[in-house]
Amino acid sequence: MPGSSIQSIERAAAVLRLLASTERPLGLAELSVALDLPRPTVHGIVRTLRDVEFVVQEPGDSRYRLAKALHGLGRGGVDPHDLRAAAMNWADSLAGSTGLAVLLGVVDGHRVQVVHHVFRPDGSAQRLRTGEDQPLHAGALGKCLLAFAPVSTPPTRALELLRFTGRTCTDVESLDAHLATARRRGWADELAELEPGVGGAAAPIRASGGTAVGALGVTGPVDELFGVGGKLRRPHAEQLVLASREVSGALLEMQATPHPIGWRP
Amino acid sequence: MRCWRCRRRRTRSGGARERVAAVTDRVVAAIDQGTTSTRCLLFNRAGRMLAVAQREHRQHYPAPGLVEHDAAEIWHNVQRIVPAALRHAGIAPEQLVGLGIANQRETTVIWNRHTGKPLARAITWQDTRTDGMVNRLVADGHGEVITEICGLPPATYFAGPRLRWLLDHVPGARAGAEAGDVLFGTMESWLIWQLSGGVHGGVHVTDVTNASRTMLMDLTTLEWSSTLLKILDVPERMLPAIRPNAEVYGVCTTVLPGVPVCGALGDQQAALVGQACFAPGEVKCTYGTGAFLLMNTGVRPAASAHGLIPTVGYKFGSEPVYALEGAIAMTGSLVQWFRDSLGMIGSAAQIETLARTVPDNGGCYIVPAFSGLYSPRWHPEARGVMVGLTSFIDRGHLARAVLEATGWQTREVVDAMNADSGVPVTRLKVDGGMTANHLLMQFVADVLDVPVERPLGSEAVSVGAAYAAGLAVGYWSDLEGLRSNWHRAAAWEPGMDPARRRSEHANWARAVDRSVGWVQTPSDT
Repeated sequence: MPGSSIQSIERAAAVLRLLASTERPLGLAELSVALDLPRPTVHGIVRTLRDVEFVVQEPGDSRYRLAKALHGLGRGGVDPHDLRAAAMNWADSLAGSTGLAVLLGVVDGHRVQVVHHVFRPDGSAQRLRTGEDQPLHAGALGKCLLAFAPVSTPPTRALELLRFTGRTCTDVESLDAHLATARRRGWADELAELEPGVGGAAAPIRASGGTAVGALGVTGPVDELFGVGGKLRRPHAEQLVLASREVSGALLEMQATPHPIGWRP
Repeated sequence: MRCWRCRRRRTRSGGARERVAAVTDRVVAAIDQGTTSTRCLLFNRAGRMLAVAQREHRQHYPAPGLVEHDAAEIWHNVQRIVPAALRHAGIAPEQLVGLGIANQRETTVIWNRHTGKPLARAITWQDTRTDGMVNRLVADGHGEVITEICGLPPATYFAGPRLRWLLDHVPGARAGAEAGDVLFGTMESWLIWQLSGGVHGGVHVTDVTNASRTMLMDLTTLEWSSTLLKILDVPERMLPAIRPNAEVYGVCTTVLPGVPVCGALGDQQAALVGQACFAPGEVKCTYGTGAFLLMNTGVRPAASAHGLIPTVGYKFGSEPVYALEGAIAMTGSLVQWFRDSLGMIGSAAQIETLARTVPDNGGCYIVPAFSGLYSPRWHPEARGVMVGLTSFIDRGHLARAVLEATGWQTREVVDAMNADSGVPVTRLKVDGGMTANHLLMQFVADVLDVPVERPLGSEAVSVGAAYAAGLAVGYWSDLEGLRSNWHRAAAWEPGMDPARRRSEHANWARAVDRSVGWVQTPSDT
């Protein structure tokens, strides 16, 4: 029903269709002529579209083109390998500053898939865990995703809360309480809930719009991660939060880059 | 070209804003002057990166086969990124103990010592304009002498023929060179000269690793060869002095006034150092636009009977350490082609996603001989082929074939190294942007049948330049100390069934056969 539609959304859609119809960037004048709208109106629309990162301007160019993020919209968010590429430097840096192993995980149905693993930098023999999966309710990565990505993870009630150690959270109420704590302070942790003696902490990686698309975590012996009262040691918490913000920033930057198709070296 | 390595680090990221070094901490600066961009990185004593700043420079393509850079633009970028890196890390110039440089090798520039201006754009290592000249050198019977003295087979890849081209084609170049007004350098020479005073007494030096890629240096004496200078008709007056890799060449008069410029290495040799390959037999591979494997061969140059290039690895102090090099032209750039020219993927990293949609290559192989085959086969007339196509093949199989091409090319170079050295490679240290591809790294381990290891921080090139500078001023005392900075961040263990490895290898070899001999010279047609 045309009568009930919102005009500015219709116009924004027309701008996006127009930009999608060509490989070259379009200027304000061209858009205004093609849509038969006054320039100030078109300017307001493209500026808003730029703010939500659906269109971009190249540095030193006033013209607009579709943002790369828009191409990913229909494919259900962030590619896990793009996420790994964005995270590589900061994951290495986090392992270097904490002396702990670093894991990056994404939701895969009722599991967490480990998409990147940096060894604990102490020269000890370790097995690469990239490609493995973990339960959502028992590891730090999973709890972080449950807490911060509620749309892409199943409700806690739908999870099979299997026991792995004496400390695994196996009832919905206490799991929900854990998640509420995690949301309040910005990261999730677990003390030997998946593997005896081993703990972890994880913070969310956010894509444009603030959606959590992955979890970046550190893992190691419980007494190295946690101090008195089972609290995550403060330097570890600070480094973790810093690294997760930097990775989110790198991801945003990657998504904002103009779609590279057509670009020539 | 924008390579994998640069893509992710184009960043504003800067680094470590909240983790800045204390004001009393001393740090080393490295400049990585690469093909697509120039970066400045700061490192602490543990070899940890504190900050990075980067600027891309323009690629000039005046005609097919010609690739040029503006050396003045690159110098301008250096003047901007160094202060930017210091700012990111909150570090004052007084905290710097020294500056090291790693550079794209074989890229050639000539400039006027009185004006400080290049006489022409720098001719880059990818440029093939000296093709005819190199063929004539071989036809005139100089090939054997050249290889005997400098270790290199005559090829367009090296700097000497480019210098000759500039002398022949740029007005005033030869007369200026003979009069002592015009200087030659690869990019490290140009930057050291500018940093150390430029027109006001800049130091004109190169390092042994860059000099070993000119086709003008005697690989044994590590001095300019008068025979080769005569063959290429290059006036000796215009050449920089050849220096070791770690030594105070001069002191910055601008950008970082008072800070010594005290390290320089070609980028691939810098990665050998950054990966701490200090013992004979140790090998590293840097995966970028192309891939470069270097094996430490110890204190004597090792000739290759299997298509590798003997080169200087590094020279710290009086004794040089040599290396055997295998150069693969297309690795990351094949993925880039797959993304940009075929539009199969939205980003380089997504090739892994696409490849994982299928369990294997479906019988399809791609040989990326887009500009011929480099090490170890050296077939300039080969061109790319895609074989084994059936209706069954989809995009996922092509993505597998693209990645596997990098694996098999690595295998061929490692086989050549094993044959030349007689001591099999037992593990491969890798760095560069493509190490972010888990599927590829596993495939490399599978086809080599040895573990593949990635160090913490894949910035081996810059780390190597920083190490050279730090060694020169005693920031680090010896190579063993540097070795302890190397930490394993990942290891891929081989897991392929030997029978399958053999049959896939045979298929790859048959695919390569089909790429060879494609370009026909006029006399053949």
